[in-house]
Amino acid sequence: MAAFYSLILVLLLSIAGYFGGSAAGTFFGIIIPYAAIAVFLVGLVYRILLWANTPVPFRITATCGQQKSLPWIQSNRLDNPASGTATVIRMALEVLLFRSLFRNTKAEIKDGPRLVFSERKFLWLAALAFHWTFLFILFRHLRFFLEPVPGCVLIAQELDGFFQIGTPILYMTDLIILAALAFLLIRRLADVQIRYISLFADYFALFLLLGLALSGVVLRYFIKTDISGIKELAMGLVTFSPAVPAGIHPIFFIHIFLLSILVAYFPFSKLMHMGGVFLSPTRNLANNNRTKRHINPWNHPVKVHTYEEWEEEFRDKIKAAGLPLEKV
Amino acid sequence: MSEETLSPEQLVQIDYTPSKKNWLDPTVEFRKGTYCYSGVAKHVKYLDLPNPREWQPTDSDWKLPPDWKQIILDGMKERLEKYRSFRLFMDICVRCGACADKCHFYVGSGDPKNMPVMRAELLRSVYRRYFTAAGKLGKLAGARDLDEGVLKEWFYYFYQCTECRRCSVFCPYGIDTAEITMIGRELLNLVGCNINWVIEPVSNCFRTGNHLGIQPHGFKDSMEFAAEDLEEITGIKIEPPINKKGAEILFIIPSADYFASPHYYTLLGYMLLFKEIGLDYTFSAFAGEGGNFGLFTSHEMIKRLNAKIYEEAKRLGVKWILGGECGHMWRVMHQYMDTMNGPADFLEEPVSPLTGTRFENALSTKMVHICEFTADLIKNNKLKIDASRNNHRKVTFHDSCNPARALGLFEEPRYILRKACNYFYEMPENTIREQTFCCGAGAGLGTDENLEMRMRGGFPRANAVKYVHDKYGVNLLSCICAIDKATLPTLMDYWVPGVEVGGVHELLANALVIEGERERTTDLRGDEMEQSGAETTDA
Ligand code: HEM
Ligand code: SF4
Ligand code: SF4
Repeated sequence: MAAFYSLILVLLLSIAGYFGGSAAGTFFGIIIPYAAIAVFLVGLVYRILLWANTPVPFRITATCGQQKSLPWIQSNRLDNPASGTATVIRMALEVLLFRSLFRNTKAEIKDGPRLVFSERKFLWLAALAFHWTFLFILFRHLRFFLEPVPGCVLIAQELDGFFQIGTPILYMTDLIILAALAFLLIRRLADVQIRYISLFADYFALFLLLGLALSGVVLRYFIKTDISGIKELAMGLVTFSPAVPAGIHPIFFIHIFLLSILVAYFPFSKLMHMGGVFLSPTRNLANNNRTKRHINPWNHPVKVHTYEEWEEEFRDKIKAAGLPLEKV
Repeated sequence: MSEETLSPEQLVQIDYTPSKKNWLDPTVEFRKGTYCYSGVAKHVKYLDLPNPREWQPTDSDWKLPPDWKQIILDGMKERLEKYRSFRLFMDICVRCGACADKCHFYVGSGDPKNMPVMRAELLRSVYRRYFTAAGKLGKLAGARDLDEGVLKEWFYYFYQCTECRRCSVFCPYGIDTAEITMIGRELLNLVGCNINWVIEPVSNCFRTGNHLGIQPHGFKDSMEFAAEDLEEITGIKIEPPINKKGAEILFIIPSADYFASPHYYTLLGYMLLFKEIGLDYTFSAFAGEGGNFGLFTSHEMIKRLNAKIYEEAKRLGVKWILGGECGHMWRVMHQYMDTMNGPADFLEEPVSPLTGTRFENALSTKMVHICEFTADLIKNNKLKIDASRNNHRKVTFHDSCNPARALGLFEEPRYILRKACNYFYEMPENTIREQTFCCGAGAGLGTDENLEMRMRGGFPRANAVKYVHDKYGVNLLSCICAIDKATLPTLMDYWVPGVEVGGVHELLANALVIEGERERTTDLRGDEMEQSGAETTDA
């Protein structure tokens, strides 16, 4: 049901974009995008600051390899970093390569009973494929926002169309992102466990991204829309002299409306994992607990049972046992 | 085990198909064998914790304070402001499910709410409802009202998590469900919902210094008893130092070492080792417990119980602290003690008096793990070891959760074992080191009434032991954790009969050649050793 509702919502949003764009181009092409960006920036900064300003009272690194202890024991610097540099490398591997997700396995009980582990790298692969292509596609989009188009953007475009299939030339990232998103969606629906844990918001994010990617694909490969009008609109937006040129295809308004929704929704959703991953205390702290004291800013005093109280309570027994007393 | 207990064959018939019901509607059934009894009022009271009363989880009325909801919500707000971990972990989970089958309780029970992500969602759903804008939308946003049903679910599932942190190893953001469970238990404690297997040791520990409530004379008797046993086995006379001022080292152990079996043989092991190397150390009857069930209660309680360690080190005027074999104690000593009870600026940088090695990794905390200490002794040829004395043991090593995922103490114990035993075999890769599986009964869940859940949760560990038992004839599961030593024997009897449980320093002391000892024919347990001259292999 959650999947169905979120699909319906994304469809409704698309329809709104399609008809709204034709009827009220300024609203859908200018006001909403600006508003979305404003919400995004304010929301993002707010959320990050809220996290960053919440104290980290204890250093609770999760260690996934040999610690640094005796000099002759080889320590695992990546999975159990003892220094700042090593921690940065550990984090980089998490953010760029999803290293922890790479560990993913499947555990099953087979006859015997035997608990058997098998490889389950597809989640990692699809996740990595989706995120990197998403980034790549965003980067390619810079050609709409910059004039002249920087060389690196052109190179990226060139690389992406390396195989020179079709007209307009097929971008590999377009295929990959659709396949990866489809995999992530099917996995959510087909795997009973994952379906059980999935919420409306989980499907919504996927449908939104799929809708965004599909509308883009339709614009490029099927409608073969004239991009000069779109570029004009985009340049207007970035130079703060916005205007909606005539003749823009309504599908484009689906594209930009879904993007606006995604951007505005981002700070209030699980998509904030983008910022959170950098701040996670089990990953971004060095395991140097015993070498360097970690300070808890709110280290409240607590009620303890002192030695004096203890000695007082058990005085006779301590004496009878012949153990030394502080106060004889 | 009672008659109604499931047989191992029945127990592994697990259905992993989750129920069709929406998980947001709380359902919880306190079925015998799968939950722990409530904290006894007198202990709750002794600790000045809220709402001491007579109650059990099976009661329909939990006798909560009238304003319990507000107490919990205020408690959540406070903790969201104090712990970045809590707020962040509430916010960023993408429900990818990578953690799901990483939890031994999920593997062993098939209960979908035992997937770490769901355990967290039980709390997260309430977080959404009261602390996020979208939560006002209710169920569609995965939010739900806090009511007694929800609270009961929290109780059931937060006392069905051993805070082992295995899930966090696999989470792409390092979301640590143990941290969420810890906070969840703190919230439950605010309205007086705790379990006796945790609260009684905590109260005993606060009063007497140890979980078992042993008083100073009892402490001394136990140590002397151990010394007598050792004299019988080795012919060597030992006088255990207690509360000795001016000793160089304060030695902290879990109390089970001097009051439970098979822990006791590890205690004999330490004593013999220290005798052999002539270590100037002392036990303390006041700091007679390194274990800290405060870890399973609240952050405040960790600090309350652990204050005695540095206090005693200061009072006795020792130079540094050495800590014995205990898992959760080491989580506290490594990740919390210095921050909570430090700075330990009155102590000196730990240096081994025998090898001169400076333990640079303990520069600030001033506390060294016994395995680090002993590995260093062996490496520097300070010990004479006859590994053939352990030839009757085919040994494997269980990485306890906390030394594994809070320290990364993997090689030190293995180094000792490989030197002290000729037959050492590793369990499968997915079940050791950072991926190690919990004994199924940590975090205060090792009680008899919870037996079915323990056997379920311990299944992945036991199954890996069974693998090496069948393949190599492994008959001893070694470990460096007092909770393991208490709970693994039951687990082995259930799943892998014929495997005993022991400590690393027990095995070391079996093999330790002591000056002036009489010829040893039995190990520290009194079991016959194989006649010497057996072949030596390097496993
Ligand atoms: C530093 C940047 C980021 C990192 C390290 C990161 C990492 C991850 C990881 C490891 C997952 C789990 C695997 C999975 O479920 O696919 C994930 C999931 C996801 N990420 Fe990101 N992410 C980042 C930024 C973004 C951005 C910018 C977006 C979208 C606008 C995004 C959208 C998603 C979505 C929708 C999912 C859930 C996929 C599903 O439902 O299966 N992420 N991310
Ligand atoms: S692995 Fe992490 S992000 Fe994925 S469901 Fe589990 S807790 Fe959430
Ligand atoms: S900490 Fe351990 S017991 Fe708790 S949810 Fe994670 S894997 Fe399960």
